[in-house]
This record gives sequence, structure tokens and C-alpha cells, in this order.
Amino acid sequence: MAPKKEIPMRLPETETATEVYNLPFPQLPKDLGALKGMKPIVVKQPYHIDYIHSYGQDSPWLAALSNGTILGSRCARCKNTYPQPRGHCMDCGDETEWVVLPNRAKVHTFTVCHFGSQEFLPECPFVLAQIEFKGCETLLLARLMGVDPYKPSLKWVGMEVEAKFRRLSKTKPTDVYFVPVGS
Amino acid sequence: MRPVYMVSGGISKFAKARPDKTFQALCMEAYSYAVHDLGLEVGKLNELADGCVISYFSDHFARQLMAGIMAQDYLGLCPKPGHRVEGGGATGGLCLQEAWKNIASGHMEICPAVGFETMSHVNTWKGNEFIAHASDVSFDYPVGGFYSGYYAMMVVRHMMEYGTKVEDMAHVSVKNHMNAFFNPYAQKRQKLTIKDVRDAPMVAWPLTRLDICVMSDGAAAAILASEEGVKEIEKASGKRVKKVKVTGIGRGTDAMRMADRPHRKVPLMPHEQAGDYVGKKWHGGRLKYPGIHSFRAGRMASLQAYEMAGIMDPLEEIDFVELHDAYTSSEIQTYEDMGLCKYGEGGKFAASGKPFLPNITYGLPNVDKDPQKGKCPVNPSGGLIACGHPVGATGLMQAVFACWQLQKRIRKHLKKPDIQVQDARRGAIHSHAGTGTYVTVTILEAEGGR
Repeated sequence: MAPKKEIPMRLPETETATEVYNLPFPQLPKDLGALKGMKPIVVKQPYHIDYIHSYGQDSPWLAALSNGTILGSRCARCKNTYPQPRGHCMDCGDETEWVVLPNRAKVHTFTVCHFGSQEFLPECPFVLAQIEFKGCETLLLARLMGVDPYKPSLKWVGMEVEAKFRRLSKTKPTDVYFVPVGS
Repeated sequence: MRPVYMVSGGISKFAKARPDKTFQALCMEAYSYAVHDLGLEVGKLNELADGCVISYFSDHFARQLMAGIMAQDYLGLCPKPGHRVEGGGATGGLCLQEAWKNIASGHMEICPAVGFETMSHVNTWKGNEFIAHASDVSFDYPVGGFYSGYYAMMVVRHMMEYGTKVEDMAHVSVKNHMNAFFNPYAQKRQKLTIKDVRDAPMVAWPLTRLDICVMSDGAAAAILASEEGVKEIEKASGKRVKKVKVTGIGRGTDAMRMADRPHRKVPLMPHEQAGDYVGKKWHGGRLKYPGIHSFRAGRMASLQAYEMAGIMDPLEEIDFVELHDAYTSSEIQTYEDMGLCKYGEGGKFAASGKPFLPNITYGLPNVDKDPQKGKCPVNPSGGLIACGHPVGATGLMQAVFACWQLQKRIRKHLKKPDIQVQDARRGAIHSHAGTGTYVTVTILEAEGGR
């Protein structure tokens, strides 16, 4: 679906405002009840935080991605393999072991995001996919590249894909993404 | 456990933004309405109440920690017991059930449950970012965290497994917006066609803007009481209370990371058989469950609530449902989880007359002419899609609409009778958190049972 060009009907609302040093207020009226009709004061409250986030026991999974390898977590007892890391099995609670997953997999499902969270708006439209690895109980959420976001099709489900790795790691799960095999 | 009754409810006007009131005053708008409906002043009910439960979803939206106690304080319920309840989109449903526990356990005789959300304090895209922080911030959010995208991936798989069509989803949007046309509490009141829904701007393929609920400011309140509590209220007001009995409570959960959902067997309802989900029509010879096409938490919550209420075949034994339709697709998935139809039949159910109100004309020939129209109306209020979704209030809003349906007081509270379900004896409400992580189902019944 191509984006529609629309003629803008209104000026955009932005979160910038003029600094104001005082507010108009009547000479204190005799009937203070009139103040209940006053419009609300709306102000800007900035809020910025830098977190010191640890990947904890999942850290090897990210370190592997930055070296071109997808790890999975495997439970020896239940034989479950999880492509998204988990230190303990979701069924028995046993500690899992690291295994190497193949770089080839399939698209289990996908979507094209034409809007998104503020952080990702500049990247729209982008394709999110759940990736299915042979022998794995669960899936991996990743970006799918090399497909036309304006021509989405259910035929993409089941498509064979291969992993690509960012040359410059961002230490994020997007260090790996997938493209159709042969593209 | 003792019998628990919902005796009244109140809802603030839901709107895109309510800068006219702080969250405390929004809570009071809903709470005082519920109290006045009992024929009491707020001060009197506060005297009778043994405590309360307050719910809101996001500390980010509120930009205020401990907002729960600030609401309780403003309502005048200090220093009585209280706590804040939070569980994503199911926050309101969980809050109602916590109030139920307070009464059922014998700990309290009268307990108000009040919930709110003020989502207008940031722009829509920052709001989507906040909501996406309710997905794994290590492995989901950084990939392009966006809840509409998550649900879109789920419904794409639903389409693959079951042949569900985008037009089926659009039926849900037309229905819920049309129902809301007769509900003055609703944020969006629109008469739409299937084409309108499909032609709306694409948000996350295949979900358009009209497949998705909007952000809202609002509050809702439900007042729960024991037999003894009802007597105290009646004594104070001199009026008889029209009681609605809580006959079933259920809750289910699932992994936060949608990718972490396993592929196993369907937990069956009494009217289903294992053979229903085995055979050639399923990929690999059997339905792999829940995968990401179904909500295991919704099935679990339904099974528990139905068992407690003695429901064997929900479509035949429930008169209406208010369910969590944050997305048209999740309403369809939920039909199946709640057993209104079997897994795989949700799309057809959506495009049949069954979930529509019998006496409203929707402009959909397949629906309007269906002899089964109105079999079990789903979201007669308009649901989240049309009423709005101020998260911490939403599950309580459903309880209030269900209470008014069962009290046969839709006309009184909405000033219009159109969405009153005739002869409503038993209703189900369903509250749901992000991709089905927490789901609550609560069964409510009119006095005298079904």
C-alpha cells in the first residue's frame, strides 16, 4: 500500500511553547466560585533518564550476535530449545545450556509497521517478524529486510530466510536481522 | 467463600484528553456517580466501606508513583485499608477481582474498586513507546517495540492457521463503533462500513487505524459488597439495592515475550473434544497451541470462571459479553479462547449475526438478515475500540456496563435504551493485558440467576 498524499488541514501540534512568566488573573472576584470555570493550566514537564541496564545471564547471547552467531538456550531434561535466551527452562525450571542455532530459518509471521513508538518513527515502515528455527519450541522476534513493505503478502509466511549481522554491533537484539534466502 | 455482589458502578466521560481534571478528580467523577446511584452521599459510603482497591497501569503515563494512594486520599477513603493493582491492560479486571477477594474472604463487607488512566500527558507516539515498555525491554522493545505490531503478527498467524480475513476483523470494528453510537460514555461514536475500516490508514499490516483502540483519559468505579454489606447500604439509603452477583472468577497468564509461547495442546472446554483439533485441516495434523495465534491465558481464565459459575456451553449460557477488544483481531481470537466458537471459527463468528445486537441495523446484509443475530451480543457498549481504553479503568468500565445491563438500567444511565440486552440474566467480562500475559474473566448474574 503506497502512502496517500493528503493536503494538510491544520497546523501540527508540537511540544514546544513560548516561555511565559505570569498568567492573567482577574482582580480577586467577590464570588470565588467563578474560578471553577477557569480553563486548566497545562505545562511541560521534561523527563529524561539514562538507565544502567544489564543483560545479566543473557549477556553471552548478545556477545555471540556481535560475533555473527545466534545462540539458543536448551533444556537437557525437556529437550526444549529457546531462540530467545532464558537461563531456566519454562517447564521444569532447570538451568539451560547454550547451543548454537543455524543461520537459516523461516518466517513464522510478520507485520509491516507504518507507525510505531516515537523512537522508531523515523524507521517506518519497517517489517517485524517472528522467526522459526527447526527444532525450537519457541520463536525469535527480529527485523525482516529485503522485502517491499508496500507489498506485504501472506506468502511471506513460511519463507526461508537467512541471518545477517550488523558489522558494527549495537549490543541489541537487532544485531541480527533476516533476509530472504538468496537475496 | 461468601457470595459477593456488585451493587453499583460509575464511569467518567472518556476522552482523548481530560485536562479539566486531575486523575484524582476523574476518579471522584466515577466514584461519586456510583455512590449516588445507591442513593447515598460519598461521605456516607466512605463511612460504611471497609477499604478500597485502586488501579492504574502506568507510572510512566501518570509521571507519579503511588498515584493509587493519592486517589484513595482524594476519595476520602483514608486511613482504611487499600492497595494499588497493576497488570497491564488487565489492570481494571484484576482490580475488580481483588475487591471480590476482599469480600469473598470475609475481610471486608463493602469495598469500592476504582481505576483510572491519564494517557493524554504525552503524545500518541510517546504513549506507544510507554506501552511498548510493557514488553521485554531487552529482547522485544529494541527490535521495534510497538504493540499494534505485536498483535498484527498474531493475527497474520491466525489468518494462516484458520483462514481469517481482514473483512472479518472489519465486522468487529463496524459492530463496536455502531453500538457505541448509542452510548454517550463512548469516546468514538461512528457509523462505519467495512470499506471505511479497510481504507483507513494502515498502522501495522493488516491492522488499520479503525482496527485499533485509541488512547484515553478516564476513570471507572465498581462498588462490591457482601450480603451484610448490602444490608448496611439499604439501611443507610432506605432503598432496595438491585444486586448483581459475581458467580465466577478466572485468571490466566502467559509469557511476556510473545516469541516464547510454546506449541502444545488445546485445554478443552466441556463442549469441545480432542478430535476437534486433530486432522488434516491443521498444519502438521494437529492444532499447535497456543502458538501466537491464540491466548492461552484467555482460555485458562475462561475455564476457571465457567467452572465456578457452572457454565458448560458458553454461547448457549451467557447472554452477553464485554471483552477486551483493543484490536478487532484480539476480539476474534478471544471468541475462541472464551469458547463462543471453536478455535478456527472466530473469523466466521465475527462476520455472522451472533455477536451483534438484535435490534440495531448495521448495514451489513449477512449480519442483519442472520436468524442467529443477537445470539450472544459481544461488546454491546462499543468495547475499547469505541469507548476508549484508559487502561486502569477499562476492566472496571466493562464491569459497570455489565452491571447496568443486568440491572436493566441501560436507559437510566445512558439516556438511551438501544444497547440494553433484553432479558440479560448472565454476562461475562474479560480483561486482557499485552499479548495475553494476564487475562481475567468474571461472570456476573442478575438477581434470581439464569
